[in-house]
Amino acid sequence: MSAVVDEVGKAIGRADERAPISSLLKDNLRKVFPDHWSFMLGEIALYSFIILLLTGVYLTIWYQPSMQEVVYHGSYQPLVGIPMSEAYNSALHISFDVRGGLLIRQIHHWAALFFMAAMAVHMFRIFFTGAFRKPREFNWVIGGSMILIGLLEGFAGYSLPDDLLSGVGVRIVAGIIESIPVVGTYLLFFIFGGQYPGHDFIPRLYTFHVLLVPGILLASVGLHLVLIFYHKHTQYPGPGRTNENVVGFPLFPVYTAKAGGFFFIVFGVTVLMAALVTINPIWAYGPYVPDQVTAGSQPDWYIGFVDGALRAFPNWEWEDFLGHTWSWNILLPCVVMPGILVTLLLSYPFLEAWITGDTREHHLLDRPRNAATRTGLGVMAITFYGILVINGANDIVAQAFNLSINQLTWFTRIGVFVIPPLAFIATRRFCLGLQRRDRDLLMHGRESGQILRLPHGEFIEIHTPISDEEKAVILAKRDIAPIEAPPETDENGVKTPGLRAKKWRAKLSNAYFGENVQRPTLAEIEAAEHHHHDEVAHEIDVLHEAGAPVPSELTD
Amino acid sequence: MTSTSVRRNKATGLVVLLAGLVMTGVGYAAVTSTAEASVTTASQTQIDQGKQLFQQGCATCHGLAAQGSSEGPSLIGVGAAAVNFQVSTGRMPMAAPANQAPQKPPIYTDEQIAALASYVASLGPGPAVPSDEDLNTSDANLAEGGVLFRTNCAQCHNFAGRGGALSNGKYAPNMMGATPRQIYEAMLTGPQNMPVFNDKTLPPAQKRAILKYINELQTAPSPGGLALGSLGPVTEGIFIWTAGLGALLAVAVWIGAKVR
Repeated sequence: MSAVVDEVGKAIGRADERAPISSLLKDNLRKVFPDHWSFMLGEIALYSFIILLLTGVYLTIWYQPSMQEVVYHGSYQPLVGIPMSEAYNSALHISFDVRGGLLIRQIHHWAALFFMAAMAVHMFRIFFTGAFRKPREFNWVIGGSMILIGLLEGFAGYSLPDDLLSGVGVRIVAGIIESIPVVGTYLLFFIFGGQYPGHDFIPRLYTFHVLLVPGILLASVGLHLVLIFYHKHTQYPGPGRTNENVVGFPLFPVYTAKAGGFFFIVFGVTVLMAALVTINPIWAYGPYVPDQVTAGSQPDWYIGFVDGALRAFPNWEWEDFLGHTWSWNILLPCVVMPGILVTLLLSYPFLEAWITGDTREHHLLDRPRNAATRTGLGVMAITFYGILVINGANDIVAQAFNLSINQLTWFTRIGVFVIPPLAFIATRRFCLGLQRRDRDLLMHGRESGQILRLPHGEFIEIHTPISDEEKAVILAKRDIAPIEAPPETDENGVKTPGLRAKKWRAKLSNAYFGENVQRPTLAEIEAAEHHHHDEVAHEIDVLHEAGAPVPSELTD
Repeated sequence: MTSTSVRRNKATGLVVLLAGLVMTGVGYAAVTSTAEASVTTASQTQIDQGKQLFQQGCATCHGLAAQGSSEGPSLIGVGAAAVNFQVSTGRMPMAAPANQAPQKPPIYTDEQIAALASYVASLGPGPAVPSDEDLNTSDANLAEGGVLFRTNCAQCHNFAGRGGALSNGKYAPNMMGATPRQIYEAMLTGPQNMPVFNDKTLPPAQKRAILKYINELQTAPSPGGLALGSLGPVTEGIFIWTAGLGALLAVAVWIGAKVR
């Protein structure tokens, strides 16, 4: 045994003479990370990405990125003798004639859906806890870009089998490209190498899907993780946790074990799903033929919002205006709307910092209720997205619930503007209510539900003080005053520069913080506690005077 | 008279035209007589029984002589196939006015349906109920059926025949419970919102190929496991957000739980 240890030691020693291995390990293995289940959502995305890389390599061995026409002679009977592209032929070959091919294909596709869904919920966690604030704005931008890139990567993967479903998707994307004013048609010819569909698109998409985008994603994941190490992980408020420390466990052995175990669980769940549940049955869709289409042609869920917007949008089109056709019905829902959404998403940390005027570093997370406006905005965005996703499936929804697709379209057209603001208002009020409750808990403690009737007839409810842990969580709330509008002129009568922007900023800042419930000061809490003590003492006196027994709840 | 002078004669054109018309008429009668033949095979008693059933169960909407009313279309000339399809799938008689007659357990027995069909067929020529030979798919090509299905059926009924939505609450039904005869009748008669695929647009051999493909859809096991309704990416998305992410979040909560 000791011989083995010696050998390992020697090997490390030899490595150390050439690269700073042990000092790197020493510095980083003991790095402390805080513990919370919501910190593992990004891990799901990371592990799905690793699964995607592994299974993707397996699929590339047999996949043929070619639109050359061949006749199918594989073992799936309902397609034998049918002409199809080499791409679809090879995807069928993988599914039916390669050992484990269908399982790997299904793992790959389920992992892709996991990747996108996990990135989304990870983003929700980052957003609602304010983890994107200084100094982590740049990492938010990297993460947001990864979602956008993942979306494109997912679409490319969905299109590669060249089945009937994906062909319809490519047709729609070709239409979206064409809708870009003036340059659309040129762009389409550039991307497709001529008329749609042509013979170049699948090979080009393949390079994009297996080389370019995974490379970009891998680099982004690396940078994302390096920045997490550099910034240190944020933590939720609690006893002993401040903006200057990290309370948790070391990377080695606690998180190496937890994260390693979690990787295998994510892999296991993905394999189990792939083994039991069909995803993208390309054989059932048949090869892509431009004159065929199937009911229920939908993109994978993460692109559903674009499809939903396209399905809801009125048929606005200018024909021959300035010598071009302006397809507002495609351009606005499929290019402009996602463009605005992505811009807002990526710039949110900077917008919020500008509005709040908050330039401090934040390593302690916000409880979502304590940033009522931000939480409201987040729920508003999710509601907006959700309505569009549902409308993207409007035919399935109509079929499943016996509804009219036309009425669903109108519901979306109106609802997408009305429901998100209502969600914002409701969420904000809900958060403010929770803030008030926190304030009550601090000042008066928790209602115990025990009612005492005093001898002179008065009813009182006994309040029990909250634990120190709860107190620490509530007290961590930071209060920032809204920015005040600057005076129009200074004392010398000189007009304030940039007055209009500053006024706007003050207005937004007031809207952002306006109704926030101020955390009680320590003096106020103390005063409330004294008051409580006095009250109890008074009650005991009353009971003594009446000669009644004093309940133990009061004397504790 | 030389042949050229015959052609130049002014009356020749008229004669040829008349001859053409006569031949078309005779030919048409010959074609339609097959439909008449099926009518005549039905016994008069069956037609009378059908008429009685019709006047009790159908005449409210379709009129006492099946001439139609504001509530329902004329049934003269729809043929026995239409009656058999509508009544054997329970669509007719309708329980209540709606966008579309929903499928439900049939109300009439097979014998009564045959009587109704022969009565309606006696009113005017129309497609007959397909025979067992029409439905014999042993020579049909499965893959060709798949191509025809995707070209003609999938845009409404979905790639796996699971149905789909149409405008204003109408829909193409799920075909998983439909019999070959009903499917063939539907193609012949175009019930509800479905177009008619007559024997010119879709010859009987192609109809049988489609029947064979639909039978495959109805009976073949799903190679990839649970099919999630064969409805495409929507149910897959619902699955990943509920079962998939639900399972992983449960594990994350378990791993991230505080050690007390």
